[in-house]
Amino acid sequence: MLHYISEILPSLLSGTVMTLKVFFWTLVASLPLGILVSLGRNSKFKPLSWILSFYIWVMRGTPLLLQLIFVFYGLPNMPFFHIVFERYDAALFAFILNYTAYFAEIFRGGFGAIGKGQFEGAQVLGLNYWQTIRKIVVPQVVKIVLPSIGNEVINLIKDSSLVYVIGLGDLLRAGNIASSRDVTLLPLVLVGVIYLLLTLVCTWALKYLEKHYSYYR
Amino acid sequence: MLKLENITKSFNGTTILNNLSLEVKDNAILSIVGPSGAGKTTLLRSIAGLDRVDSGKFILDDKPFDPAEASDTERIIGVVFQDFNLFPHLTVMENVTLAPTMVLKQSKQQATDNAKKLLEQLELSSHADQYPFELSGGQKQRVAIARALAMQPKILCYDEPTSALDPSLRDAVADLILGLKKTGITQIVVTHDPDFAKKISDQLLEVKPINK
Repeated sequence: MLHYISEILPSLLSGTVMTLKVFFWTLVASLPLGILVSLGRNSKFKPLSWILSFYIWVMRGTPLLLQLIFVFYGLPNMPFFHIVFERYDAALFAFILNYTAYFAEIFRGGFGAIGKGQFEGAQVLGLNYWQTIRKIVVPQVVKIVLPSIGNEVINLIKDSSLVYVIGLGDLLRAGNIASSRDVTLLPLVLVGVIYLLLTLVCTWALKYLEKHYSYYR
Repeated sequence: MLKLENITKSFNGTTILNNLSLEVKDNAILSIVGPSGAGKTTLLRSIAGLDRVDSGKFILDDKPFDPAEASDTERIIGVVFQDFNLFPHLTVMENVTLAPTMVLKQSKQQATDNAKKLLEQLELSSHADQYPFELSGGQKQRVAIARALAMQPKILCYDEPTSALDPSLRDAVADLILGLKKTGITQIVVTHDPDFAKKISDQLLEVKPINK
């Protein structure tokens, strides 16, 4: 059995690399985008707020799987313009759009929890809007939203397995291929173990971050 | 000298300030007293530029100015809020130096040196590295004062400086405000406590709710 494991492990690990790439780039892009979208949604400029509300509604109201399929198979077949993505780019595009919407909603809650007094305190000191957001609001919001963000981060690791639908070679797909080729469930058990390890690392990292932010109340 | 001429302000059709005029001399302490709902805080917020007035003029040293428009580097009015509005994620020192470095573009060193002096003057030196949640109410208030003074305002406004504190601290606050007077700053104090007002003020303004 150990021999079999060592035989399939390289392909599982290269699948893990794809999973981590989708995970990492989605997180790096959609966290800051989520902040911007939530600020835009609270904007006094109503058309912007409406457009972003519509965007969030669509992204949260339809399955991520459907969005992936639409981006990869649907966009190239639009009637007037054709947007063709590589598989990997299509996956990232769909994941970033989807996760930005969820993060935006989480951040909206976080921004709402910052009292008006903090904004006024900054205003009378002469700080402008972006200085206030950057130095006063976001650092406090991060602490507030960390537990909810943590949930989404762990979801994202597992959601990344959806990329199999557009033929991207991630961890789950690697396990699936080995499993049907060799007619054994062992690869899928290994896949489960690797996902567990990945989420365990994330859980630790999030715990560490929460501890880091517990320096004030 | 700060002059207000015919200031009028209403919220949703209810007039809060009606044609109010007043003058605060340099280095004086003006107390604004009156029951809740009389418009004291609205008046203070208008002077601080947090609320916009409907009509009337603000004149500082014979020059008209609009507190709500004052450009960032010309902040001439500091505010000590009723519940202080300190930044909870920053230390006392960072609370005081943030605006001078970001708005007045002071170097970190310069801002820290100034802040040290202010903290010493307000007996906060030993708390410089603490966070607001570790401080008592009176200490928080003094941090709020230090933070406002670090921007070198001409006028310092207080919203109900005694109400969030233990009653036994009332005299300490009065001494603090009278002590700051010696530094040459003009102070405007909104309070519902007439005894406190009498104790500290050179000028007293009583506001009453407007009868409909």
